Amino acid sequence: MDAVARFPFRLYRQMDADPRHWQVAALGGLFTLSWITSDFGVTLLTLCLSFAGAMIAQLLGTTISNARDGNPFLYRFEWKSALITALGITLLLRAADPWIWFAAGFVGISLKFLVRIDGKHIFNPGCIGIVTMMLLLGNKAWVSPGQWGQAPLVAGYAMALAALTLSSAKRLDIALGFLLGFAAILFARAAWLGDPMVIPMHQMSSGALLIFAFFMITDPRSTPDSRLGRILFAVMVAGLAAWFTIGPNVRGAPLMALAALAWTTPVLDRFLPAHRFQWSQPRSAASPKQLNYSLMPLQGTKETHP
Amino acid sequence: MRLKSLAAALALPALGLAFAAPASAFCGFYVAKADTDLFNDASKVVLARDGERTVITMASDFRGDVSEFAMVVPVVDIPTEEQIHVANPALIDHIDAYTAPRLVEYYDENPCEIARRQKMMEDMAMMPAPTAAGMMEEAEELGVTIEAEYEVGEYDILILSAEESDGLITWLNNNGYKIPDGAEETVGAYLKRDMKFFVAKVNLERHDGSSMLRPLQVAYEDEDFMLPIRLGTVNAEGKQELFVFALTREGRVETKNYRTVKLPSDMDVPIYIKDEFADFYKDMFAHQVEKQNGKAVFMEYAWDMSWCDPCAAEPLSRSELRELGVMWLDEDTDDDMRPGFGPQPVDAFVTRLHVRYDAETFPEDLEFQVTGDRSNYQGRYVLRHPWRGDYGECEAAGDYAVSLVERWDDEANELAKLTGRDFDAIKTKMASLGYSDAILNNVSVEPKEKKNWWQKLWGN
Repeated sequence: MDAVARFPFRLYRQMDADPRHWQVAALGGLFTLSWITSDFGVTLLTLCLSFAGAMIAQLLGTTISNARDGNPFLYRFEWKSALITALGITLLLRAADPWIWFAAGFVGISLKFLVRIDGKHIFNPGCIGIVTMMLLLGNKAWVSPGQWGQAPLVAGYAMALAALTLSSAKRLDIALGFLLGFAAILFARAAWLGDPMVIPMHQMSSGALLIFAFFMITDPRSTPDSRLGRILFAVMVAGLAAWFTIGPNVRGAPLMALAALAWTTPVLDRFLPAHRFQWSQPRSAASPKQLNYSLMPLQGTKETHP
Repeated sequence: MRLKSLAAALALPALGLAFAAPASAFCGFYVAKADTDLFNDASKVVLARDGERTVITMASDFRGDVSEFAMVVPVVDIPTEEQIHVANPALIDHIDAYTAPRLVEYYDENPCEIARRQKMMEDMAMMPAPTAAGMMEEAEELGVTIEAEYEVGEYDILILSAEESDGLITWLNNNGYKIPDGAEETVGAYLKRDMKFFVAKVNLERHDGSSMLRPLQVAYEDEDFMLPIRLGTVNAEGKQELFVFALTREGRVETKNYRTVKLPSDMDVPIYIKDEFADFYKDMFAHQVEKQNGKAVFMEYAWDMSWCDPCAAEPLSRSELRELGVMWLDEDTDDDMRPGFGPQPVDAFVTRLHVRYDAETFPEDLEFQVTGDRSNYQGRYVLRHPWRGDYGECEAAGDYAVSLVERWDDEANELAKLTGRDFDAIKTKMASLGYSDAILNNVSVEPKEKKNWWQKLWGN
């Protein structure tokens, strides 16, 4: 009886032990939504393929760097990150051939290990995987921003917001910075053109934009460490994405903008230094484990204190 | 200041097109199978796209006083005369017929024959065989500049630029282009993006007197792949109907800023639909639009232009495709030409999109993107003709009669789901035509116990 009563709390604690759990739950929900509602949506095959690509790259990268550093074979094998990357790729990328999803996952995670500045990877793996495929393969790889209906979109926003608020990664600042920056440009442009406001509203209600804002640009590992840096970064990406959209009509504009501006993260980190984010850290070591079922774990921070 | 340069960057490369659709500029649509006017006031647009090269063909089935015809299309670049062309209207009819939703028919065999054959040939499964189925001055005063003036075919074409939307609208109205009230903001938005207006009227002296007007074509290069539809929604009465036939080298075309969905397809429907296919398609489309809250673009066909199965019409020939703007056909040097050996495979993929829109459901112009998806898709509805005969002839015939009744229920159900029609009304209509459980009256075979799935599996 006691165990049953405690179950929700235990579940919550386990979920909250790692912010990525919330992300996986939300992305899984979006995956289901797309699966059910879209004619051109996700399939299990594409998820498996991008997951396989991401996992193989993650395994290779982990073992090679562990061998180099003299760590145990599978030390810090971040399979959850690979899963999140795979889910992001499946949700956003559409392709002519199945191998492209595999390649996107593989390339995305590989670049995470290969392109690092000060020990921090600069590209979001999912984003760079998709962008690489789009640049290399032309129209064989694309993003379908319009394929989310209105109702799924509302549900998606609710889920994404919930996941992000609950998640202790605390990266709502960057999601909101991006969305508000992007919206500000679109609304200002509509006002200048004399367009009715339903036009920018319509432009903002894109499922791909939601996934990008809540699950890609928010990646704590490849965005600036300080809050000010993150907001600056978000606004820059929003500006470039808006220009890509209304200017030269670049495909997958937000993803391209994020990839193009990835180099600014180390620059912002240099000028606005802050604690570096780590996914999993020995939480119990930092704070002795308390066995109370507090409903306020949101107060905790998971940033490491070197 | 930054914002201004952003907007300017948008306006420069875009050559977009929109229909002012004054009253009756575009109307009428024929579906291949039914050959009936299905959707009045439908615009039909063919877009051939490769990279940034685009040819747009704008068709109208305008019937009536041609002096009433007018077309207003915003563009950004000023096209030269060579970039404008008139096409043979039969081309549009052909691509329409080729891509139209289709009915296919299957005929059931005598179940007793099948049973006999099965007995003889043990485990051979049989499939039923398919069968097929003082202008200038006034302009200056109003701040309107006539950038170019062309005579192409039966059309007089002007390319206009303007400082203010009011001046342009006044000028257009004074010169016989009926611009609906409330268009100022939309026209103004296009002008702010530095767009020009392509306007066309029929020159009665050069017109051959027929009521048929030929489609106008414009060839242009631009990064944006879009179709401005907003002018058509200004003050429009009810919904507008638009068909887009996109031809690409790579694959399916979808809308980037609106949801594209597939029209439900591959359903078995009652036989009587054959006589009212046009009504069926119309009802189904209306019902599906409603189900998507009016906010979706429907893909009705997506197919490699080299073939079709079943063919509602023959695939378009190379010369037809070329005339519709497929500019890459002759550029592929590795194409082995085999003259005289039947139709050659062509590297063209067609997508047929059907949109019913108004300002509320489609506030923004349509933006498209070419995808690499070459999966074939067609709107296809199946009629299954029952075998008619003595259902008491053998046991298999009795079973068949029972299965027919179930099948007809399913067909009625599918039809009700597709079109939103009343299930009972469909059943009544089917019964009046002899498709009901009345056929069981003459069946003398005893009703058998329904088999469990495991009995069906192992046959014991």
